[in-house]
Amino acid sequence: MIMQIIYRYDGSFPGFLCCVAQCFFDKSLPAGIEPLDEPQATLFPLREVETDPALAARLERSITGRISRQAWGMVQQGFLTCMEEKEMRLLRFILLGYKVGPQVVRLSTNRDVHAMDKALLYLKNEAHYHVEFLRFTDYGEFLGAVITPNNTVLPLIAPHFCERFNTENFMIYEKTHQMGFLHQRGGRREFFQADSIQFPELLQEEKGFRALWRAYYETAAVEGRVNPKLRRGHMPMRYWPNMTEFQKD
Amino acid sequence: MNLMEKLEILTDAAKYDVACTSSGVNRPGMPGKLGNAVKAGICHSFAADGRCISLLKVLMSNDCAFDCSYCVNRVSQDVKRASFTPEELCRLTIEFYRRNYIEGLFLSSAVVKNPDYTCELMLQTLRMLREKENFWGYVHVKAIPGADPVLTEKLGFYADRMSVNIELPSQKSLKLLAPQKSKEKILAPMGQIRDGIKENATDIVRYKAAPRFVPAGQSTQMIIGATPESDWQILNLTEGLYKKYSLKRVFFSAYMPVVEHRNLPAKTTPPPLLREHRLYQADWLLRFYGFEAREILDDDHPDFDPALDPKCNWAVHHMECFPIEVNRAPYEMLLRVPGIGVKSAMRIRSARRCAQLDFDGLKKLGVVLKRARYFITCKGKSISPLPMDNPAVIAGAIRERGFSQTPIGAPEQLSLFDPTPRDKVQCLTGQI
Ligand code: SF4
Repeated sequence: MIMQIIYRYDGSFPGFLCCVAQCFFDKSLPAGIEPLDEPQATLFPLREVETDPALAARLERSITGRISRQAWGMVQQGFLTCMEEKEMRLLRFILLGYKVGPQVVRLSTNRDVHAMDKALLYLKNEAHYHVEFLRFTDYGEFLGAVITPNNTVLPLIAPHFCERFNTENFMIYEKTHQMGFLHQRGGRREFFQADSIQFPELLQEEKGFRALWRAYYETAAVEGRVNPKLRRGHMPMRYWPNMTEFQKD
Repeated sequence: MNLMEKLEILTDAAKYDVACTSSGVNRPGMPGKLGNAVKAGICHSFAADGRCISLLKVLMSNDCAFDCSYCVNRVSQDVKRASFTPEELCRLTIEFYRRNYIEGLFLSSAVVKNPDYTCELMLQTLRMLREKENFWGYVHVKAIPGADPVLTEKLGFYADRMSVNIELPSQKSLKLLAPQKSKEKILAPMGQIRDGIKENATDIVRYKAAPRFVPAGQSTQMIIGATPESDWQILNLTEGLYKKYSLKRVFFSAYMPVVEHRNLPAKTTPPPLLREHRLYQADWLLRFYGFEAREILDDDHPDFDPALDPKCNWAVHHMECFPIEVNRAPYEMLLRVPGIGVKSAMRIRSARRCAQLDFDGLKKLGVVLKRARYFITCKGKSISPLPMDNPAVIAGAIRERGFSQTPIGAPEQLSLFDPTPRDKVQCLTGQI
């Protein structure tokens, strides 16, 4: 049964899990689930679902126990994707999982499972693009990078950069989702929220290395083989504006 | 000369080298060291020619004492000369790496003074990079033929991958175009590296802390189209190199005429890109599809069909083996069907254990029926729209369409390396 009601939550993952719990209490599906900061564009009545970390934790145990660890992983990562109507799809996925058990992850003929598979692949690929194409700028005290992915890739790529650049202080800011990650030499690391970030001026030395990199990039192409289509295929133009080789200081 | 000028000259001189992959070794990060290495390799950018940029690929120096006629850096050529100091190159590598521009360094060099002296310079650079700067990322270094084996070995302990360029596909061509090089001089370090890797593997079994020697293996490359060898000769050589020297990869580089010389193609000759592409396809068949070189080409058919890829070509010349029944045929035969790749063959093998496959199912498993339909049956049924007893007709049907209009260098010709969504991560480096 579908209720003529929209859940609104704080946009966090635990908040979403509480919406799932709410749906159990109501014993029916809501017409939609939206984050609070979404502009209100519906005539349906709204219900604000409060975020209760203890309830969210219970849901985690329940999903891993009664469906599977893998299904839980898909829900977690699914929440990071930019899939349309993400919350409702995840909710229906969870409900289906309770019905059919662990095999839910393989039901790719189901509309929701199929949509999730696609969205998760996109997330994974976009995360990989950022491992490749993210560019740091050296601000003296720390390395800084700005990215603008469609999916929330930061939690997926942060471990890679922590391992690789354990000797550096660095910060990655995901502008699209106003979320940042900070790593300090020696181990301290944290995610944070910020509406915007003001980076310092470029240092002279930094300008020098940027210019050297651009020169390298330009020179590395073999003239007789210029192939714009192939380049775009490997490196979508969407990511170019954040890449040093395409910027001007 | 400032660093910018040097970088431009020494990048320009190194860019015709095709291999840029950073793959083959997993080296987890280590506290206090800068970097790590991941097995599949990571590309960091793509140049205007669509090729991956993964490593900082430069020459130590282009100030060559040798006189290979196909090369812009030969001593008798009038070009600007430049050399990095080990400090400069080290700094560039580190600063580029920290900014996530690159995966590491690909170092090669012209022969400065003599092979030993050159090797010493490279060794100094790598030692500084690894020991002073604590660099833990990827390093590919090119061995210099003719250098003291002791120096080559030392380089190998700092590098992840080593390569020796075979340069030209035959001894005769070498003699003609690279008088200071010889087959023996090239093959000696190749054999040395192979033996070093083998020996090192047993050392590592014996004691874990043994230093790693060229953990990502060795590769080589040769220039295609500068000399008259046939595709058959080249492929045969390639197969021999894989077998004898346990190489990880053989790369082919279509010759770009950069100098005018009586023994070389005229400067206006376009690089034989399609030929290069066919060679890579055939190389793929050798490495992943269980083909032998002599099945792909032979004395009577020494060159690739420009309009038909080598796998299709083999199939239409062996129609007596087809059609095969997908539900029963051995895996090795599935691999030989045009339109069935390694992945779909594996999927077929596992799917048919549970259920009989039909054509619809095959499509879902990733089989390209457009090509495969001439060669298979499903539960005894065929959907070939053509009679299968005339190879010429089938060859016509699966010929690469519109091929003659395709200008050389069009993207289709590099389709081997085009990413499909699923294969993106594994295939970026053209390497599975
Ligand atoms: S040794 Fe031959 S191929 Fe190598 S840089 Fe010198 S002239 Fe060129």
